[in-house]
Order: sequence, then structure tokens, then C-alpha cells
Amino acid sequence: MQQDYIEKTRSFVVENFLFGDADGLSDTTSLMEAGIIDSTGILELVGFLETSYDIKIADSEIVPENMDSLQAISSFISARLSGRVPELEL
Amino acid sequence: MTVKAEKFTPDALKIDCKTELEKISETLRKCLRQFKKRGIIVALSGGIDSSVVGAIAVHALGKERVLGLFMPEKDSSGDTLKLSRLIADHLQIEAVYEDITPILNAAGCYSRRDDAIRQVIPEYDDSYKCKIVLPSLTDSEQYRFFSVVVESPEGEVKKARLSADSYLNILAASNFKQRSRKMMEYYYADKNNYIVAGTPNRQEYDQGFFVKGGDGLADIKPIAHLYKLQVYQMAAYLGIPDEIQQRGPTTDTYSMEQSQEEFYFSVPYDKMDICLYAKNNNIEIDRVAQATDLTPQQVASVYKDIEAKRTATAYLQSPPIMIEKVTEVNTKNF
Repeated sequence: MQQDYIEKTRSFVVENFLFGDADGLSDTTSLMEAGIIDSTGILELVGFLETSYDIKIADSEIVPENMDSLQAISSFISARLSGRVPELEL
Repeated sequence: MTVKAEKFTPDALKIDCKTELEKISETLRKCLRQFKKRGIIVALSGGIDSSVVGAIAVHALGKERVLGLFMPEKDSSGDTLKLSRLIADHLQIEAVYEDITPILNAAGCYSRRDDAIRQVIPEYDDSYKCKIVLPSLTDSEQYRFFSVVVESPEGEVKKARLSADSYLNILAASNFKQRSRKMMEYYYADKNNYIVAGTPNRQEYDQGFFVKGGDGLADIKPIAHLYKLQVYQMAAYLGIPDEIQQRGPTTDTYSMEQSQEEFYFSVPYDKMDICLYAKNNNIEIDRVAQATDLTPQQVASVYKDIEAKRTATAYLQSPPIMIEKVTEVNTKNF
């Protein structure tokens, strides 16, 4: 299932931020370090995840540990949807 | 390469103000000669940067060739007009008052912005005050994203993270302010056969803290190479009134009081200035940390953010992209 989350997020990132040029984007590429997303991009990414998975993401969850790579995002989504990480009060 | 100094202190940013003043003045005069213009427009905000640019222009060209503009709008702080008048009177220059609120109303600046804020705070209306903020760069590991803060007439303060759509709508609407001001500056420039001064300091210029086609647009930027701490040195040397020298950097764009630090830089301007200088001059992070009372990790975060902003705002700095060079024009270097 985690691979599904990765692919769905990859499609969003490639389509919205890279205009189809996925060269160099691996599952562990740091989206910030690689200059793929900025402070506006983070808001777009969070909006995409909230809508796609019908979840609410708290400000305190928007940290590199959860959002810095496709792998990190997938782990976060997986944990949230399985209930291992409860939804925080916003 | 990293430079090891015995001790790095903010004194590294000290400049010879007399020499600097003459250097800028000569370029200003050369600019007018080359463009065949007769004087300069300086929009005065009551802040340190525009005041210093005004004073330099008077030194370089004489007070008769400098026209000041006061362009407050309904969200401007009360200090803005008062301090703008203070510097114009101090410099003994002619100045024109243009309230740009009607232009902004006609463009839908306030209504479009307020609609966007209501996307995240439905109860917001024009009786509230508002501002946009970023979290501090040195306080947490959290990514830096924009939030809106509103204050009701009863004083209740509420903060909400912006969606990308609401953020971009607020930004686009708010940018009418800087662009309307620039339109007015060029009206007076054309009318008088003058050039327009831009007033960013180095911090703002380097980090893209300006609106393209707004405050970023100018014929000359006399202090864009000077760090903010150097602008303060120039202000003292030029005898800018104390009240202006002591005013903290403000955006003066939103109705709630807002520092540049919370809107954009996320670090106090003096620390930001020292970090920017140190990064540009390859000073060791540990020594910068000592000079700024930041931890080495925090300095590293600031360095990273400086680079991130340079990347993110490359679009603002870029002139229009040409598919082919038109070599018959744009080949002369100033």
C-alpha cells in the first residue's frame, strides 16, 4: 500500500512542480533540498494530501520527518490512515 | 572556502560613510546624464531606507531636483504619513500627497484579499484587522508556511494556516498596493522628466523581498548593495531624524502591525544582516553563531533559508527572457 501512496504523490509532484521532468526524483529525494518545493509548494502539497486522503494535517505535522520525501510522505499517510498516528486536534 | 577570522563581530559591516555617499552620488548624477533626465522621484514611507535614499539624492542633485511622494492607503500605519512628512521637511524637498486607497478600492484590492481570507476564516470581515505571518526560522523544525492572523473589533485574535489558493489570492490582491504606488511614481517621473528611485537595501534585494513591477521596479537602486546595518550607519551620518532611525522595519502592507521578520525573514533584521554578510564572505558558522547569539544549527538554518529564498525569488530578479538576443539594443553597460 505504501508504494501506492508514493506513486500517487510522485504523480502530483511531477505534474505540478516538475512539469513532467521526473529526472532525479527518487523515493528519498529531499523535496526541499532539491529545490522542488518552496513555502507555497508545501501548502499545495499539504492541500493535495488532505484532499486525496480525506485527512486533516496539523501545522505541527508539517515537518521534514513527515514531508521531506515521497518515502516520508508515504510513511506518514500510511501511519495516519492505519490509525497508528491519530489525527491531531487542529 | 571558509575564512577563519580571529573574532567575527558586526563591526565587519562598518563602512566609510563619506566615501560611500560620494560613490553613490556620482552614480546618481551619471545616471541622470546618461538618461537625459532632470531629477529623481523618491517614494517616502517614513522608513529608514527611503529616508536615506532621499537624503543621498538631495546631497547628489540638490533639493530642487528631488520630488518626494507620500502614498499611504487605508491599512497604512498612522506613523507612515507623519514620518514621511518629517523626512521631507527635514530635507526641505517638495513632496506630493497621493492617497492610493481609491485606486485600490477600484482595483478590488481589499475585497479580493478579504474574500481570500474568508476561505480559511469565514467570520472575517472588513471590520477586522489582518496580517500574514511565517513561523520563526530559529524556533522549530517545522516547515515555514504562511498563516493569516486576524483581530476582531473586540480584540479577539485568531490564526489559521492558509491554503495555497488563499495565500496566492491574498498575495496577488495585496500586491496591488506596491504596483499602484509604482504607477503613481512613474506618473510624476514622466510629468517632470525625472527617473524613479528604488529603495531596497541589500537584505531585501538579495532575498527577493519586493513585488515585481511594484517596489522592485526602478531606474536606479542607490542602496541595494548596502546591508541594512550599513543603511543605519548612513542614516546616522546623513543626520536622518532619530524618530525614523529608531523605527523598526515594517511591511506597512497589512492592517495589523507586522514586522518584516514575521512576514518574510523569520529572523531579526540585525541577525539576518550579519548572517547574510557572513555567508557571502565565507565566515565560519561557529564564529557567526558567537556574533549573533544563535546556535550553529540556527545559523546553518538561516544560511539554508538564504539560499532557498534566492532560488524561490529568481523569478522576481529575472528580466524578461528573450528567445533570441536583440543585439542592436541592450548591449550597453551602464
